[in-house]
Amino acid sequence: MSEFFQMGGYALYVWPCYLLSALVLGGLAFQSFRSYRAAEDKVRQFERRGRGGEDGQ
Amino acid sequence: MFDLANPKKFMDFSARLLPWISGAAVILLAIGLYLALFVAPPDYQQGESVRIMYVHVPAATLSMGVYAFMALASALALIMKHPLADMAAKAAAPIGAGFTFLALVTGSLWGKPMWGAWWAWDARLTSELVLLFLYFGYMAIWQAMEDPIKAARAAAVVALVGVVNLPVIKFSVNWWNTLHQPASLLRFEGPAIHPSMLWPLLVMFAAYGLFFAAVLILRMRMEILLRRARSLQLSQARARAS
Repeated sequence: MSEFFQMGGYALYVWPCYLLSALVLGGLAFQSFRSYRAAEDKVRQFERRGRGGEDGQ
Repeated sequence: MFDLANPKKFMDFSARLLPWISGAAVILLAIGLYLALFVAPPDYQQGESVRIMYVHVPAATLSMGVYAFMALASALALIMKHPLADMAAKAAAPIGAGFTFLALVTGSLWGKPMWGAWWAWDARLTSELVLLFLYFGYMAIWQAMEDPIKAARAAAVVALVGVVNLPVIKFSVNWWNTLHQPASLLRFEGPAIHPSMLWPLLVMFAAYGLFFAAVLILRMRMEILLRRARSLQLSQARARAS
């Protein structure tokens, strides 16, 4: 198992590549999902306000 | 009231599609990682460092593929004025920038043990760095311009002008003397890579492609929602004013 992590002496190059790829792709997916949720909330907020305005008239 | 006929159809369709694409991306990524790290053999020259290829090559290929997609969507937006085309281009940019960044960094981490240098100002590396700046420039225009219609037009023009960089990247390894090795997959003679390494690479390609599709759809849905929020806000402000 430790042989696997040593990557034939290239551990210092191979693992940062995989780690960075995971961080960047995971970060992109996470950030996109969060801003999608925020946009959903924004629409809901205006829809509620719109209905409230109509009821008041 | 709003011209949401097509975006609405897109919202319904993409809501059903997204879970399948995301699920397939996750499954293929898991298979690809297993093949790349455990099944694929070490290279007879490069040893275990060749495993960097499985994250470097898909990122580098998609860095160009996403740009081509972005430019095509921009061209459609300019010609047909379809709102979804602008949104597709805008949504693709940060994903493409991410792939470009990964191609540069994993390339650097691969170059150090193989070439003895983190970086060289040669044609392939420099044109890929230019690609990263093109993505940044494209995204900066959307950020900087208030009027979304003007921003869309300016960003689309920049995306189209930047297309000249794509053939430079692709053929840089043939046109100039460079440290970077020439293409092993897309060549006239067929792939110059053993099936034991080709298959893990192809699975990673598919996984990265599906990842792009999933995040692209998510970001396009976000753009549509933000547009809807903006027009609701405008019509409410107008109702209050009258």
